[in-house]
Amino acid sequence: MATPSPARPMQPAAAFEAERVRRDFPILERSINGRPLVYLDSAASSQRPLPVLRAIEEYETHSHANVHRGVHALSQAATEAFEGARERVRQYINARSTREIIFVRGTTEAINLVAQAYARPRFKPGDEILITGLEHHANIVPWQMVCEQTGCSLKVAPIDSRGELVFDEFLKLLSPRTALVAVAHVSNALGTVLPVKRIIDSAHAVGAVVLVDGAQAIPHSQVDVRALGCDFYAFSGHKLYGPTGIGVLYGRESLLAAMPPWQGGGDMILTVSFEKTTYNDLPWKFEAGTPNISGAVGLAAAMDYLESLGLQAVAAHEQKLLTLATSQLQRIPGLKIVGTAPHKAAVISFTLEGVHPHDLGTILDHEGVAIRTGHHCAMPVMTFFGIPATARASFGCYNTEKDVAALVAALGKAREVFG
Amino acid sequence: MDLKELYRDVILDHNRKPRNFGRLDPADAHADGHNPLCGDRLTVSLRLSGDRIEDVRFDGKGCAISTASASMMTEAVKGKSRGAVAELFDKVHSALTQQDAAVDPALGKLAALSGVREFPARVKCATLCWHTLNAALERGAATVSTE
Repeated sequence: MATPSPARPMQPAAAFEAERVRRDFPILERSINGRPLVYLDSAASSQRPLPVLRAIEEYETHSHANVHRGVHALSQAATEAFEGARERVRQYINARSTREIIFVRGTTEAINLVAQAYARPRFKPGDEILITGLEHHANIVPWQMVCEQTGCSLKVAPIDSRGELVFDEFLKLLSPRTALVAVAHVSNALGTVLPVKRIIDSAHAVGAVVLVDGAQAIPHSQVDVRALGCDFYAFSGHKLYGPTGIGVLYGRESLLAAMPPWQGGGDMILTVSFEKTTYNDLPWKFEAGTPNISGAVGLAAAMDYLESLGLQAVAAHEQKLLTLATSQLQRIPGLKIVGTAPHKAAVISFTLEGVHPHDLGTILDHEGVAIRTGHHCAMPVMTFFGIPATARASFGCYNTEKDVAALVAALGKAREVFG
Repeated sequence: MDLKELYRDVILDHNRKPRNFGRLDPADAHADGHNPLCGDRLTVSLRLSGDRIEDVRFDGKGCAISTASASMMTEAVKGKSRGAVAELFDKVHSALTQQDAAVDPALGKLAALSGVREFPARVKCATLCWHTLNAALERGAATVSTE
């Protein structure tokens, strides 16, 4: 670890060394089209550091068997690794109990679980689900399905031209009819950080339950579910430098306990007979079938890794890059940043006049710069801004000022190609 | 793989100044095409004279490849019979997807699109207009057959 040098007292004690962090990510050594990879698509999926890759390999090489099944040594080792990962997650988000940590495939599955096991059995015509205009499709479609299934209705709180939630309008839509509020913590398409604490407090004041889609927030900030006071919090491992196919649903224990199981199968039962089956305790009641054990192990390792870097240091580093990239991109003629909220995660969505985002994506890729182009699974956000798509650059712990420079240079190339 | 292979001058020109852009009104048939991956949408409208495409226009927003492809397509198919259009699409499709095949000289200007074969993620951009044209032609056939 870096120790502050007495010769340079003006340096901050915990200077963040992105160049050193980069060495933990073997994929960043790759070249793309003969150029060094500049990875600016972490909001879609981040890359994995060596400690995560090694933890998975270690588990698969030495400890794998099925969990919660056998008395043999490997089954016990696997169970310990899996349940140890659950405890790691509990600490990371400061949940009260591991009974509140459900392993799922990802944010999408977590939201669907709440939709089908919490909302569907309870909601009736007249009940309302309130979301915002910033949501990812994964926080829209599961609720539309519940509306079709139960006759309840979906309300959408609007956003403004900066890509911020219009809080007064949100408050106007809250009422005793609001059964559930489902909001993104951070917008995936624009980077806007939503005022989730105020949202949760206001929703609770009318008796609504709150689900927070934390997929984009968890890599950029310290999330404390108890301090937030949310009822459900959903996130994915692969945006947090962990593996794909693993995610977490945090749920308040009293709510989870009252919910019926979502899927049936092995591991979610205590006893099964043809007459009557009794369900397992939390959290296993919601984990039918053999889980993604190595995924959970990898996720726990990713949390260790991120904490070893220092979450605040990572966040500060990313904000510095966001500020730099924002000011540099703004200088490019014809470039328009979409989503200009004062409080943003390190995500920049933009359009370049005369060059369709899809063409930008191809030209930037040719220069080795990986960005996302398209609607970002948030078509209503694109519709709001009257555009079919944007280009989106997103930053992670391993990005540097050089990456920003490469992005700017590649955009210059796009201008050149399109004349 | 050179960017200039993909973004040839003729493609950039058709992107900047798309030909036959807009909608025919009245039209014998039109169809909407959508590429959900990139959000591209386009509409092809056409007037038929018997078996032939008498006039054709396209409308919509898309990337340079999709816009240029649609623009060049409208120029290429105007006046052609359904059979000739189908034959031409086959040739275009081969030029877009077959790595080693020589580009058919009968393609004329459309051959400029063959750079797409080096960029598999972009093939759908170039074919969207053709699929939309086919849908419009099928509808046109339905219209004709009911009259």
